[in-house]
Amino acid sequence: MPERRRTGKPKVAVFKFASCDGCQLSLLDAEEELLDVASAIDIAYFPEASRRMIRGPYDIGIVEGSITTPHDVERIRDIRKSSAALITIGACATAGGIQALRNWKDIKNYVHIVYASPEYVSTLDRSLPVGSFVHVDYELRGCPINKYQLIEVINAFLNKRKPNVYTHSVCVDCKLKGTTCVMVSRGEPCLGPVTQSGCGAICPSFNRGCYGCFGPMEFPNTAALAAQLKELGETKFDIQLAFRTFNAYADAFRKESEAHEQ
Amino acid sequence: MNLFLVNPKSDFTMDNSFRIDQENLQHLFTTLQKRGYETVGPTLADEAIVYDTIASVEDLPVGWTDEVGPGKYRVANGGGLSSFGYTLSPQSWKRFLYPPTRKLFSAKKNGKSFELTQENDGEKKHAFIGVRPCELSAILIQDRVFSSGEYHDDNYLALRRNAFIVAVNCSQAGDNCFCVSMKTGPAAKDGYDIALTEVVDGDNHYYVAASGTEKGREILTEIGAATASGNEIAEAENVVRRTTAEIGKSLDTRGLPKLLAENLEHARWDDVAKRCLTCGNCTMVCPTCFCSTVEDTTDLSGQTAGRSRRWDSCFTMDFAKVSGGNFRTSAKSRYRQWLTHKLSSWVEQFGISGCVGCGRCITWCPVGIDLTAEVKAIRGTKVKQEKGG
Ligand code: SF4
Ligand code: SF4
Ligand code: SF4
Repeated sequence: MPERRRTGKPKVAVFKFASCDGCQLSLLDAEEELLDVASAIDIAYFPEASRRMIRGPYDIGIVEGSITTPHDVERIRDIRKSSAALITIGACATAGGIQALRNWKDIKNYVHIVYASPEYVSTLDRSLPVGSFVHVDYELRGCPINKYQLIEVINAFLNKRKPNVYTHSVCVDCKLKGTTCVMVSRGEPCLGPVTQSGCGAICPSFNRGCYGCFGPMEFPNTAALAAQLKELGETKFDIQLAFRTFNAYADAFRKESEAHEQ
Repeated sequence: MNLFLVNPKSDFTMDNSFRIDQENLQHLFTTLQKRGYETVGPTLADEAIVYDTIASVEDLPVGWTDEVGPGKYRVANGGGLSSFGYTLSPQSWKRFLYPPTRKLFSAKKNGKSFELTQENDGEKKHAFIGVRPCELSAILIQDRVFSSGEYHDDNYLALRRNAFIVAVNCSQAGDNCFCVSMKTGPAAKDGYDIALTEVVDGDNHYYVAASGTEKGREILTEIGAATASGNEIAEAENVVRRTTAEIGKSLDTRGLPKLLAENLEHARWDDVAKRCLTCGNCTMVCPTCFCSTVEDTTDLSGQTAGRSRRWDSCFTMDFAKVSGGNFRTSAKSRYRQWLTHKLSSWVEQFGISGCVGCGRCITWCPVGIDLTAEVKAIRGTKVKQEKGG
C-alpha cells in the first residue's frame, strides 16, 4: 500500500451497485464529523463526492447496493480483490434491498414490460446481497444506514478496537431510551423484537411500530412474533407484507413472508 | 431459613402515624427540592404512567389508572381524586440508581502516557415519590448485589445513599402482581424514609404516613403533618387489606430453587423457547436484573478514549460470548438462564430470591410469556433427577 505509507492514512473507496445512494450520502450527511473523518482517512475513490479517483488497492472498500447483473458480479469480485477490508452498507448490499421484491417474480416478464429493447438488458434472475458472491468483513444494516454507525466502524478500524454496533433487538434500544413499548401499550404491530438494533428505535419513539429497516436481529423468532401480530388483528396478508419490505430477501424475513403467502 | 423476604406487616402505630393531605404533599415536594433533591415520581406521558422528574403534585396522574395482562398494558382515566391509583410504571427506579448507560472514565493521551478522569455523579440526590413495596424490595436486593462480596459498585452506592424514598402502599393490585407470594407487598415494610397509604373516601382524600427514618420523621413534621386518628389508621389498613385480597396471581415458592435446579432438561424449556423472542424486554424492565456490558470508545484521532457501562441482557447473543464461542446459543438455554437465575441460583448467590413479584416481565413481554405459568408447568410435571444426573 504505497499510498498509505505516504499519507499515513488508510485509503478508503466507496462503491455503488443497485441502490438509491442514500447510504453513501449518509457519510456526506455526517456534517459535524465530516471534517474529522476526512482528516483521518484518505478518501481515494468516492465518485458520488469527488472527481478524485485513485486506483486500488484500498485499505477499506465500502460497498453500497445489491448485485443484479453479470457485470456486477465481475465488478464486486475485483473490488474484493483490491480491498483489504470490505464493508457492505445498507439493506441493498446486506439483503438485496427493496428491489429484491422481484425475486418472487419471473424477471423476464418485467424486462419485457419495462424496456423497449429487452434484448439489450442483461440481468441476473434475482437481486442478491454482496455476501452471496464474495466474503464480507463487516455488514452495516439499515435502510438507510445510521451515519453514526458508519463513523463508529471507521473510528474502530482506525483505533484498532471493536466497533460498538449491536445485533440484538430494537426492543433493547426502546428500553435503554425509556420508550414505552407501542405493541404492549397500544396494540401497535411492531417488528422490533425480530429486528436488529441500529436506528435508535426511532419509530416506537414516535408511537409507530418498527418497520424492520435494519433486517433480522441475531436470533429472530419471526414465527412467534407473527403469531402475536395475528393476535393483534393482523391478517395473513398484512403479515406477509410486514416482512416483505426493504429486507424482504434476508433469510428469516423471506421465510416468514413466504409462510404467510396465500 | 426463609429465603424470601419477611411478610410485611402494617407499620402504622399510634406514635408513628401521620395524616397528610394533598397540600402537605405539595409541601413535601417543595421541602425536598429545597433540600437539594430532584423529585422523581409518576406522571402521565403518552399512553403510560412513567417515573420521571416532576415538579409538583400537579404532575401526578390524578384520576388515572392502568390495566395489565400478559403482554398488555393500557392506561385509563377513571376519574376520582387518587394520585397513586395505578399499579406500576413500565420501568422501575433502576433507571435512576443504575442508569441504562453510564460513563465510567475517560482517558486523554498525554505524550507517551495518558490521564484518567473518573466520572462521578455522587452528588446527585434523588427523591423517589411513589415507590411501590415490591419495588422497594427490589432496591434492597440491588443494594445487596452491588455491595456484597469483594467488589462494590460505588456509583450505585453513592446514588443510593443520597436517595430519599417515599413509598406508597398499593391501593390497587394489577393482574400481573404476585407480591404476596414473594412476600414483598402490598405494604412496605422497611427501607423507606416515608411510607404513604392513600385513602379516598368519597370527597375525603388523605394519606396516612409513617416515617421509617429520622430524616423522614423530620420532613413529615416540617410539612405540617398531623397525627393520624385511630379511624384514619384503620382506613389505611383497610386499603392494604383490600389490595391483598385482590391479588389473583401467585407463585408457589416452596422448594423453588431446588425444583428448577433439578429440572434443567424439562420439556417445558423447549416449549417456552418456541414462544420466546429473545428480545430482552423482560430483563430490561425487571427491577432486580443488573447485567451490563462494558464498552470502549475513542475519538477519531485516538487522542481521547472512554469506557462506559450499558445495560445488557442474558438474552443477547453477545452476552455469553467468550473467546472461542458462545456457551448459550439456543433460545432455550437463554430463557432457562434467566428464569433459573431469578428464582434459583440468585438465592445461592445473594441469599435471597431475585424476583419480587412485580409482574413487569409478564406485562412487557411482547408475547406475554408469564414466568408464573412456566414455573407451574414445570412443577406440574417435574422430574426428579438422579444424583449427579
Ligand atoms: S415498541 Fe417494538 S421495538 Fe420497542 S420494545 Fe416494543 S416491540 Fe420492541
Ligand atoms: S422476574 Fe418479573 S416479576 Fe420478578 S421481579 Fe423481575 S420483572 Fe418482576
Ligand atoms: S420472555 Fe418475553 S420479553 Fe423475555 S426475551 Fe422472551 S419474548 Fe422477550
